[in-house]
Amino acid sequence: MEALTNRSKAVDRRPMTVWEKMYLPVIAKGMGTTLKHFFMKKPTINYPEETRPFSPVFRGLHVLNRDEEGRERCTACGLCAVACPAEAITMEAAERKEGEENLYREEKYAARYEINMLRCIFCGLCEEACPKDAIYLSETFTPSNFTRQSFIYGKPDLLIPDPVKEPELYQKAKGERAKKN
Amino acid sequence: MAEEKKLFKVTIDNITVDVEPGTTILNAARLIGGEVAPPAMCYYSKLKGSGGKCRTCLVEVAAGSTADPRPMPKLVASCRTTVMDGMIVKNITSERVIDARNGVVEFLLLNHPLDCPVCDQAGECHLQDLSYEHGKEGTRYEFNRRTFKKHDLGEYIQLHMTRCILCYRCVFTADQLTNKREHGVLDRGDHSEIATFIEKSLHNDFIGNVIDVCPVGALTDKTFRFKNRVWFTKPMDAHRDCPKCSGEVQLWMRGEEVYRVTARKDEWGEVKDTTDGKPGWICNECRFEKKEARDWVIEGPSHIDRHSVISQGHYEKLVTPKDTLPEVMGGRPPKLIMDIHDVSEVNRPEIKLSEIEGPAHSDDFNQ
Repeated sequence: MEALTNRSKAVDRRPMTVWEKMYLPVIAKGMGTTLKHFFMKKPTINYPEETRPFSPVFRGLHVLNRDEEGRERCTACGLCAVACPAEAITMEAAERKEGEENLYREEKYAARYEINMLRCIFCGLCEEACPKDAIYLSETFTPSNFTRQSFIYGKPDLLIPDPVKEPELYQKAKGERAKKN
Repeated sequence: MAEEKKLFKVTIDNITVDVEPGTTILNAARLIGGEVAPPAMCYYSKLKGSGGKCRTCLVEVAAGSTADPRPMPKLVASCRTTVMDGMIVKNITSERVIDARNGVVEFLLLNHPLDCPVCDQAGECHLQDLSYEHGKEGTRYEFNRRTFKKHDLGEYIQLHMTRCILCYRCVFTADQLTNKREHGVLDRGDHSEIATFIEKSLHNDFIGNVIDVCPVGALTDKTFRFKNRVWFTKPMDAHRDCPKCSGEVQLWMRGEEVYRVTARKDEWGEVKDTTDGKPGWICNECRFEKKEARDWVIEGPSHIDRHSVISQGHYEKLVTPKDTLPEVMGGRPPKLIMDIHDVSEVNRPEIKLSEIEGPAHSDDFNQ
């Protein structure tokens, strides 16, 4: 059969020459290659102290956003859940009571919000569906763990730190790409 | 020999149909069905006197009749204009109609808060459908939208006056279904609003039907308020023996819980006729108080149009594949590595949302 590319080479089955039978020069040549790699740039990095730069479209762990006053933006409209192809998102809504106006932005809010990270495929459709800019995918990975139970992320795991009380943590959670405010 | 009724021949969007004299253009178009039927926000075939207010059903009459084939100079409201023999009507084939309808939608949305993420009507809202088809993305309105003082319409009905488009359907319902109307439209023009007369709450067995006729989310069920999104509930046809009404309803369930009870709807979003041909209005007892599956004889999943988001659950004609695992394993069910219900905080068995009166609050969840 005619080769499709010229990269394949036929195996050379000729008997070895005297030079090749001596072995040592070839071993020295191989060691030379190894030695050369000592002085080359290392491709590995010391994660997690060092991290690689993320692509501008990287989709990591979900964050439930707050507005500039620290109120939760999510209104439990269910659009993320209906958009989710993996059916990873579930929620239960509640009505805001009087006195809770500093906690929730609108009269309805998500009392429970859960993402099953075992199901999530990080496609970002929830972020696209959200009409309230409440959920977005950040620049961090989902941390690994030993139990499956720890991958059911509830509201305490997902909510971004309060921008009024903890502005530094908030900016860190928002990441590099986010709009500076 | 009975005299044969003369039928009028009317052509709507190049489709000819024979209708009885006195039929409106809208009803003639509904006989044809599909996209030919103009949308209607205020007209309701089961309510006398409704229609003529929202102007979404405007059509162009290209020829008045065979006797007088001149076109009508202005677009006419099809719900209030009766057909003539040989009339030629243009609905979606007319640029003028589409343009006018876009304008009407813009007017309807002027004061609409567009709080669909919060609104319980989202997913079955006629204004939402209409603005998706005809609306523009932006608004040209630069002023503040209307706000209202909150009116209490009793323990079962929630009124959001900001969402109201003043179609008057609920007023006609209260007028024609109940013998004593206690709510209506107060004030005039831009200030008009649906309100109860001196904040009286409504106590009538059929007043709950105003929720079904409301084309937007202005009147919603307080017992269902914020409980779930419509498209996550399972619509089921059900009936019970009710001394007051037909008892033929639609249940909106989740698992075995009944979240909401409504009347059945036909393809135009109106209350469907019951099996014995009467309008299927349902009473308050059926609607608000029978919230348990054992109160009802469940007939099966309702038919939902596939263009509706509610059909996303695919409950109709659902085929469950046979579970072969227990068979293979000698009757033993497979051992789960993790049962999601042990971990998940959502859908906890001890919090029955359908049994909470009115919307859930923070204290319902943090017991």
